[in-house]
Amino acid sequence: MSFINYASREINCKIVYYGPGLCGKTTNLQYVYQKTAADAKGKMISLATETERTLFFDFLPLSLGEIRGFKTRFHLYTVPGQVFYDASRKLILKGVDGVVFVADSQEERYDANIESLDNLRFNLDEQGYDLDKLPFIIQYNKRDLPNVMPLDELRKDLNLKGVPDFEACAATGEGVFETLKAVAKLILIDLKKGS
Amino acid sequence: MASPQLVMYDEEFKQINIVIDKLLREANAKVIFLVDKNGQLISGVGEVERFDTTSLASLTAGNIAATGGLAKLIGEKEFSILFHEGEKDNLHISIVGGRVILVVLFDNRSSLGLVRLRVKKASDELTIIFDGLMKKAEEKEKSGTTDFPFAEITDDDIDNLFS
Repeated sequence: MSFINYASREINCKIVYYGPGLCGKTTNLQYVYQKTAADAKGKMISLATETERTLFFDFLPLSLGEIRGFKTRFHLYTVPGQVFYDASRKLILKGVDGVVFVADSQEERYDANIESLDNLRFNLDEQGYDLDKLPFIIQYNKRDLPNVMPLDELRKDLNLKGVPDFEACAATGEGVFETLKAVAKLILIDLKKGS
Repeated sequence: MASPQLVMYDEEFKQINIVIDKLLREANAKVIFLVDKNGQLISGVGEVERFDTTSLASLTAGNIAATGGLAKLIGEKEFSILFHEGEKDNLHISIVGGRVILVVLFDNRSSLGLVRLRVKKASDELTIIFDGLMKKAEEKEKSGTTDFPFAEITDDDIDNLFS
């Protein structure tokens, strides 16, 4: 839920990157962090295990600049993707303004994608949100790998509502900013409607 | 939607800062933060510049969310106070009015007892301010009067952010 502060003329929004384990959510944030100017970003925080699997969340604050005299800030979060961290995932969805679903394009991760997307819908519903009404973007990650599914098939099964979607390779940064821009834009348009 | 949007106006922002400024002095604390449960920093007083306030806000909210999850597992509504004791500095974290998080950082110039006592009093005052703030936002929404600048933004404004 965005926080509008008239006193400091700021708007803060929360974006959550969701998806199955090892799909590249943290890699998305790391790339954004690396490529953003120092004055536009805060510290990136990763609460991860010793083997660098996300344990609770990654967090990256970004400021995009001003709109009509208001500073716009986006807080980027990832959830832990592994199935058994479901309790933590629910917590991170609290107060979300927009969601990026990062799908793993590899054939063997097909079921994991479907399961994670169902889990996202279910967990949002539990918090009182409807995925179909939230700003929502899908990213098909790891398009550079040899064993990926064709885009059409992924789209058919994951993007039932035809939300904006992007092909990506988060490790090299391809599609990362396109995804972020798209979700930020949807959130701002949503805020505009809400007012 | 899950919870109403938090909106902060100048008037209430000043009132809040007066309360936490007083708490800072009376509790002999080093720094005090108010954080939204979703991890957004609302305000801070004291030696604020020494800390990465954005990260602090997000981690505090994560902490409260995680302990809240624990509380539910054992049949409690929430744990309204958390206390972290360090070698030099300590953190007293409490939930105010069910919605915002009050973080008090103090060292051995103060004590847990004093902080608890002063926090309790300040919490009551903050609860009143935040209740009023919620009411104000609801009324504004109902009457349709909003000074929210986003109604007038254009697609160009949004695109310019990314140029």
